[in-house]
Amino acid sequence: MIWLNQLVQGLMLGGYYALLACGLSFMFGVMGIINLAHGSLAVLAAYMLFVLAERFEVHPLLGLVAVIPVMALIGWVLHRLVLERSARAGALIPLLSTFGLASVLDNSMFQAFGADTRSLAPYIDSLSYDGWTLPGGIIVGQLAVLTLVVAIALLGGLHLMLNHTALGRRIRAAAHDPDTAQLVGVDARSVYAASTAIAMTTVAIAGAFLAMRATFDPYTGPYQLIFAFEAVIIGGRSLWGTLMGGIVLGVAQSIGAQVHPQGFLIAGHVVFLAVLLARVYAADTLRRWVRSVRSRFSSQFGNRATTP
Amino acid sequence: MSLLKIEGLEARHGLLTAVQGISLEIEQGETLALVGANGAGKTTLLRTLAGVHPVAAGRIVFDGVDVSALPAHRRAAAGLALVPEGRKLFPAMTVQENLLVALSAKREGRWNLGSVLDAFPQLKPKLKAAAGTLSGGQQQAVAIGRALMTNPRVLLLDEVSLGLSPLAVQGVYDSLRTLMGKGTAHGTTIVLVEQDLARTFQVADRIVCMLEGRVVASGRADEMTRDQVMAYYFGHRTPAAGGTSQPASTASST
Repeated sequence: MIWLNQLVQGLMLGGYYALLACGLSFMFGVMGIINLAHGSLAVLAAYMLFVLAERFEVHPLLGLVAVIPVMALIGWVLHRLVLERSARAGALIPLLSTFGLASVLDNSMFQAFGADTRSLAPYIDSLSYDGWTLPGGIIVGQLAVLTLVVAIALLGGLHLMLNHTALGRRIRAAAHDPDTAQLVGVDARSVYAASTAIAMTTVAIAGAFLAMRATFDPYTGPYQLIFAFEAVIIGGRSLWGTLMGGIVLGVAQSIGAQVHPQGFLIAGHVVFLAVLLARVYAADTLRRWVRSVRSRFSSQFGNRATTP
Repeated sequence: MSLLKIEGLEARHGLLTAVQGISLEIEQGETLALVGANGAGKTTLLRTLAGVHPVAAGRIVFDGVDVSALPAHRRAAAGLALVPEGRKLFPAMTVQENLLVALSAKREGRWNLGSVLDAFPQLKPKLKAAAGTLSGGQQQAVAIGRALMTNPRVLLLDEVSLGLSPLAVQGVYDSLRTLMGKGTAHGTTIVLVEQDLARTFQVADRIVCMLEGRVVASGRADEMTRDQVMAYYFGHRTPAAGGTSQPASTASST
């Protein structure tokens, strides 16, 4: 039963990682940009919600109504001022520029809020600790369930938007081939800026859940980035893959913690590395196998193997 | 007044000037064919007209407006559409999505999903199929249909027959002839690049021969012979050496 409990808790934790990784995966999928400031931006959203809660007594979930548009605007500006310009200089420059942005954000937040750890848990009443008891005595936190539900809803919403709306078609077209998309009237520049704004919307939501379920400080961002990055790598670039990646990471950490007190983080990193290596080597082995089959086929059948 | 006017246009690939001071005027409803050997600059010229290749010098005036500095999506919205070489579909998107994405140009006109499917009935059963899974001929139909969905006034076609079976090529050209309302006052203007000279003579009103980024010959298709074009095509004949074509009347290079 202990293992089942760890599995369930891991699943819930995976919901948070999926939520966190959603924006990172979206930006990488659409623009091929790995936003190293992703975690820091989530913490920035958390601080915005914290200020609203502490000074104006706004419930964090209600505060999202104000923070989401602000983060979307930040995303738009981020694209126009940083990502667009740096992407023109090659794939490495956006990595460097977002790394620099993360440093600026972390230290600015340190300057503004100090080193104290904060949390939004005191502002959400009993939601932070209430739970439901499942058969077998397994307890699941209400906040953890809400996180998983929000993650699924968000990823599902993004999936629907991408596949069933005009904006989604434009995003997918620009993601595949911006030049050709422009030829049919798609303003790839605006589509990318809108995509960054959408990604920052998900970052705001992730920041809210980060701050409601745990504590945070100005330097929490880079750690969150690592988890988000691992979830994206494990799950692949698709949105549903990101959900699976988050769940695999969460379950690995949860089971790792059961195996050894220090196993929580290590198990997650080990699974991430194993998946990464499997992707690299399995893909290589598969390519070689296809090549050998093809050459065997063509040597046996000669020219007949080629179709007109 | 010409619908599309090109004045001293230059376009470069790094240090190489692929299009060297080309000047052309294209009338409403005209079908103009650009011919020339590989590397003559035909594709670069079309891409520059469509806005996906930068103008290094000169002007592109479309319907009286200088569009040289406009990005490609603004030119599509103005009525310039390119069917690129190699079709360049969005392979993971369905045929329907490939067509609908062209509504981004936001141009009103006779072309919509229904009329494009009427024009290319072979696409009807494939609407929900991923574009990357179609045959070459079907993909070309999607590429042309997608460009038509922008309701263009000038359609730029870059080697639409490349890589297709003769039957598929015939189908594409049959469709084009029917679709463009050739001979009518409001027919779509076409600029096409085609390697198949016989086909070029069948469809074009005017032929412009390019060599090393320059226009070396230009004339009405019914006044030129295939041998004359071939001579310019391979550089065996130059404007200075004389010929029956009209390099300076409606087309010139500076």
